[in-house]
Amino acid sequence: MPQLANANASVVIDRLRAWKAESVSQVIEYRGETTIVVPHNLLLATAEQCKQDPELNFNQLSDATCVDRFPNEPRFELNYQLLSIPRLARIRLRTSVSGQQPVIDSLEPVWPGANWMEREIFDLFGIRFEGHSDLRRILLPDEFEGAPLRRDFPVEGKR
Amino acid sequence: MTTVETAVGTSKTMVLNMGPQHPSTHGVLRVLLELDGENVVTAVPDLGYLHTGIEKSCEDKTYSQAITLTDRMDYLNPLGNNLVYCLAVEKLLGLEIPKRAQYIRVMMVELQRISSHLVWLGTHALDMGAMSVMLYCFREREEILKIFERFAGQRMMTSYIRIGGLALDPPAGWREQVKRFLDMMPARIDEYEELLTNNRIWHGRLKDVGYLPAETLIALSTTGPGLRAAGVAFDNRKAFPYSSYEEFEFSVPTRTESDCFARYLVRVQEMRESLKIVRQAMDKITDQGPIKAEAPGIVPPQREKMKTEMEALIYHFKIFTEGFSPPPGEVYVPTESPRGELGCFIASDGSPKPLRVHFRGPSFVNLQALPLMVKGQLIADTVASIGTIDIVLGEVDR
Repeated sequence: MPQLANANASVVIDRLRAWKAESVSQVIEYRGETTIVVPHNLLLATAEQCKQDPELNFNQLSDATCVDRFPNEPRFELNYQLLSIPRLARIRLRTSVSGQQPVIDSLEPVWPGANWMEREIFDLFGIRFEGHSDLRRILLPDEFEGAPLRRDFPVEGKR
Repeated sequence: MTTVETAVGTSKTMVLNMGPQHPSTHGVLRVLLELDGENVVTAVPDLGYLHTGIEKSCEDKTYSQAITLTDRMDYLNPLGNNLVYCLAVEKLLGLEIPKRAQYIRVMMVELQRISSHLVWLGTHALDMGAMSVMLYCFREREEILKIFERFAGQRMMTSYIRIGGLALDPPAGWREQVKRFLDMMPARIDEYEELLTNNRIWHGRLKDVGYLPAETLIALSTTGPGLRAAGVAFDNRKAFPYSSYEEFEFSVPTRTESDCFARYLVRVQEMRESLKIVRQAMDKITDQGPIKAEAPGIVPPQREKMKTEMEALIYHFKIFTEGFSPPPGEVYVPTESPRGELGCFIASDGSPKPLRVHFRGPSFVNLQALPLMVKGQLIADTVASIGTIDIVLGEVDR
């Protein structure tokens, strides 16, 4: 494993590997920020572990957002910024979602704050979250068609 | 259209539509309230009346063009928005900013924090029926806006903080102007406190209203004064310092009551702390020195150089025609805005336009706590709770 600039990140990776080796499929270092790539099916369990493990203690979800890598496949990348207020540490979890079947587990059971963030992603990218309590459009009107933040949606809008 | 199902079979509850034109919702927030008499059973916020697709527009602009869009998100904190966006792009580029520019940035952002808290205090007092406080607060805010106008040429949509540094050198005579403000302000804050802190009506409207325990607030991703009023001393300026905040001495005010009154006290105290930071920044800012990083191809060259050096002219042309291309990768930069954690996530694919720009707006995330905050309380207390969350709808809807 390459030397990580961020001491906190190596702790997180070690703890997650010790818990379940396949939960960390890749580690990306960029500009001092560490991204842990998690398999699609293990996202919810890994998030739960990040919160419950007393040595990790990521008690807040700062942000959740999506990147559309159209026309690559799997085209969507979900990025979750985790924050541990007691340890003053941050880490990013990432997972990929395919364009054919844009469905992923909701993290609302782990962090209730994920509610609106996931509604925003659902609204603007059209990704559905399994187990979300209230998956409705949040910013756009209900009758709006399409997902405007997808890369194949024109900037001027559709007429 | 968002609707609320009333409790089936009972005719006891009614649904009331609060907003989007209600003056106490500070913009265009619509809240559907299910009421049992005067008590709130459920509250469902309905957003999006001000959605302008800023994140989508950013993808269609070069990195430097998007700065003017960030001004228009949280219109009470334009300099903070400029800062978080520029910090994120600078992190993508791996750019080092001169210390002098960093200190000026800190000073401007702290003045902005005071002005934002002043607008909050004034409008909140107005909601609670204390009209004179609003007039006083806007009087002092005017002085801050005058400072911004001298620095940036603009009162509100400043776009003063640019990628690689600042737009302009500080104007002549800025020290006297900022110093006048610093000398005046502590007494003015005392004046507001005299009017409100021991005021019986103010207590009656705010104490024990909108209580939520710290664990719930953390779970709901709340940050900023709302979280600090619940006893959690979390502040990004201390926890993850940016723009040389580690060199400044200030404390993070906290309270433990976690009600609307505690949030008021935290914000007033934060204004005093910001004054301290501005004072320190003034001492640190030297009269001479660079305000832009040495980064040809990213920071536009000086006008003088363009007339004498061919490279400068070429760089100038390239910056404004095709822009610059950061290496592929993603960054997330958290900062402390007056409302909480303002984060900027940028994904670059190596082209001159960002692949994705996302702003984690504290107003949007903090507003999630509203339904729990007002549950079971009186409808009049809903106004107090919305007020002390301190939302700016431009940022909620983006």
